[in-house]
Amino acid sequence: MSETIVSEKNKTSTEHTKAHAIDLSALDRQVQSLNIEQEALALRVEDLNLFYSEKQALFNIGLDIPRQRVTAFIGPSGCGKSTLLRCFNRMNDLVDGCRIEGKIALDETNIYDKKVEVAELRRRIGMVFQKPNPFPKSIYENVAYGLRIQGISKKRILDDTVEWALKGAALWEEVKDRLYENALGLSGGQQQRLVIARTIAVEPEVLLLDEPASALDPISTLKIEELIYELKSKYTIVIVTHNMQQAARVSDYTAFMYMGEMVEFGDTDTLFTNPNKKATEDYITGRYG
Amino acid sequence: MKIEFKGWVKSGAPWVWLNAGAVSVCLIMVLGLLGLIAVRGLNHFWPSEIIQAELVGQDGSRLSIAGEVVERELVPASQIRSSGVAVAEGVEYLERYLLKLGNRDVSGSDFAWVLRVKLDKEHYPDEIVAIERREWGNLYGYLLSVNESGKEVASGSKAWGTFQDRIDRALDIYDDIYRIEKTDIGSVNYQFERLRLKQRKLELKGQNDPQTVADIEAQKAELEITYQQQQEALTKLYGEFTRDSIMVVTADGKQVEVNLGKIVRAYRPNTMELFAKIGFYFAKLWEFVADDPREANTEGGIFPAIYGTVLMVILMSIFVTPFGVVAAVYLREYAKQGLITRIVRIAVNNLAGVPSIVYGVFGLGFFVYFLGEEIDKIFFPEAFPSPTFGTPGLMWASITLALLTVPVVIVATEEGLARIPRSVREGSLALGATKFETLWRVVLPMSSPAMMTGLILAVARAAGEVAPLMLVGVVKLAPSLPLDGNYPYLHLDQKFMHLGFHIYDVGFQSPNVEAARPLVYATAFLLVAVIAVLNFSAVSIRNHLREKYKSLEV
Repeated sequence: MSETIVSEKNKTSTEHTKAHAIDLSALDRQVQSLNIEQEALALRVEDLNLFYSEKQALFNIGLDIPRQRVTAFIGPSGCGKSTLLRCFNRMNDLVDGCRIEGKIALDETNIYDKKVEVAELRRRIGMVFQKPNPFPKSIYENVAYGLRIQGISKKRILDDTVEWALKGAALWEEVKDRLYENALGLSGGQQQRLVIARTIAVEPEVLLLDEPASALDPISTLKIEELIYELKSKYTIVIVTHNMQQAARVSDYTAFMYMGEMVEFGDTDTLFTNPNKKATEDYITGRYG
Repeated sequence: MKIEFKGWVKSGAPWVWLNAGAVSVCLIMVLGLLGLIAVRGLNHFWPSEIIQAELVGQDGSRLSIAGEVVERELVPASQIRSSGVAVAEGVEYLERYLLKLGNRDVSGSDFAWVLRVKLDKEHYPDEIVAIERREWGNLYGYLLSVNESGKEVASGSKAWGTFQDRIDRALDIYDDIYRIEKTDIGSVNYQFERLRLKQRKLELKGQNDPQTVADIEAQKAELEITYQQQQEALTKLYGEFTRDSIMVVTADGKQVEVNLGKIVRAYRPNTMELFAKIGFYFAKLWEFVADDPREANTEGGIFPAIYGTVLMVILMSIFVTPFGVVAAVYLREYAKQGLITRIVRIAVNNLAGVPSIVYGVFGLGFFVYFLGEEIDKIFFPEAFPSPTFGTPGLMWASITLALLTVPVVIVATEEGLARIPRSVREGSLALGATKFETLWRVVLPMSSPAMMTGLILAVARAAGEVAPLMLVGVVKLAPSLPLDGNYPYLHLDQKFMHLGFHIYDVGFQSPNVEAARPLVYATAFLLVAVIAVLNFSAVSIRNHLREKYKSLEV
């Protein structure tokens, strides 16, 4: 008895998705340019296709990420927004069977070019993950980690950078008296800000934030959002979020993704108030997803 | 009733009982094992009282005997009757004593089973003395007189006091002699040998120009002088050492003269107070732990065996840890996961199941005979024909055991590496670290507790292993310790003693089974204690590391 209900439910949902897929296939796959000046551009994605083994996860993505702005990726779970984000610092290289076609340009060079040194690229494009992942070291050593990797070991430089980065991540006041304690003793929100401090300590050009606040309580989330707002003046920020209010609050530009495709990309205010595509409207009004 | 039973099964209570029962059985077995070897082994050092009695023979003859009661047991009378001894009717069981009679040199055998009914006039005389000798085991008897260079200096009631003083003097001299023989002359001999090898090496290389040869000869002459001096000192000490002797009369009336140089200690257990006994007990225990063995390992201590065991295990750890960790890192982090890595893993796991004696055979065939001989040919041609590394020794034993335990370390380390959350690795990579930097700075430190777990298991296995060691380096009695004051201090080519092998040797290869038996238990107890100490130290290091790198999960 109950099985029938479930199967019927499944059926309807499949039909529903199918309908959307057809709808999307009709979409114009042109690069959705924002008409930004070339020098104000941080990253340009062109015709990006990504495959996990045989399964394609990203379809013909093309977008421009403006410099020193916050760009948010929104979309339902599994739509490929995190996958796209991880393309920017080649984190997907770590996934077995992952294949990428297309181009992502950083300063006119394709980051997937053979000549690009991945470690150096990742230093330039820092990333903060969903779950805080401090190293089991002291707070100080966590922040100094990236510098030590680069071979910097002068105490004075390290001290200055650690203080600067912790201040930049709005954590300095809370931890300045316990810099040498284990970072794992911090609260979740503090840990996430520590990770941000650790990332900005190596002075990247782009900050990738993969749902940075999804594991945090509202107050910590607020702090992270404030921090994003402040960091915007210095870094290009790309944020993936589940939370549409958050996207609306913190971002300047928003991209809506659905089933591996870039549905719509534009000014946050426009996208939220007057979306071009029906799928976007459905999603942001909560009718879908 | 049936429903009640069903309900009881459903409640899970039978499971709880079963689990608790299993745990209890394990605990009882472990404690029983420890208890048995502890009691049997540690009893041996207690000064038991000496019983004297007259043993009545079949024909009514009487023989006065004295000794320590080592064991009492009840035997069925029928068994005694069938061996031709007349036993009164109506007696079901007879009590039988195992007496340690000592006096092996006087009466031939030092242990005897006697029926209690055959003993007459049992008593514990105050005056009877137990004398522990360096040769021939214990002597039980009455002190008649103390002699100096053949002349009597004390007898009767004064004899005991004089005897005690002179034993102390003799023991002091013995310490000096021991020092000169083992350390000083040992070192001179060692330097002689090194000079000889140096000279031979130069000869082989054709660099033996007269100048260097003269140099070496001069050094040799110098050593010769030192040696002569030490030899003189030794001769003098020996003269002093053997000056005194005592006359002892045994229970059956035979007179024995014992030189004081042959005596380790003498005591009158029947007059000892409790505290004196406790003091004596700990002195004996200390001797057992800290002294060299005597009398084909049935007397004295087992210090060289403890030393050898611990040193071998430490060397094994030094060999096995890097090997295992590097192999595990390659398998888990670098190798492409697929059929080949699966096969390698299966092979590694199977290695752990290979009987240890097989490793011994392999160690002997490959390490000792092949590698060792090659090393000798290349590095030690001067020692030819006597082998340096081409013979079983400490290094080969450690490496063989490292090979035996490397699967454990690989498996444990791999598990540890697999447990490091992906997010931490990605965090490091995202900061611009290469894979190697990530491994070195984050992943390896975080998996160090797992490596320690592997090492703990490896140590536990290696310390208890005997079979392969018999082939690759352990001996019954090693003349010197493998780590000592002679350059280059650690002698990897030397053979060494080992507690596990010591148990086997004392238990099965000893000429004097009764004397050796308690030592088997005591040595077993000590082996367990040594392994426990090694393990506890490793565990505490691991706990410290765990605390330091406590994982991020949840």
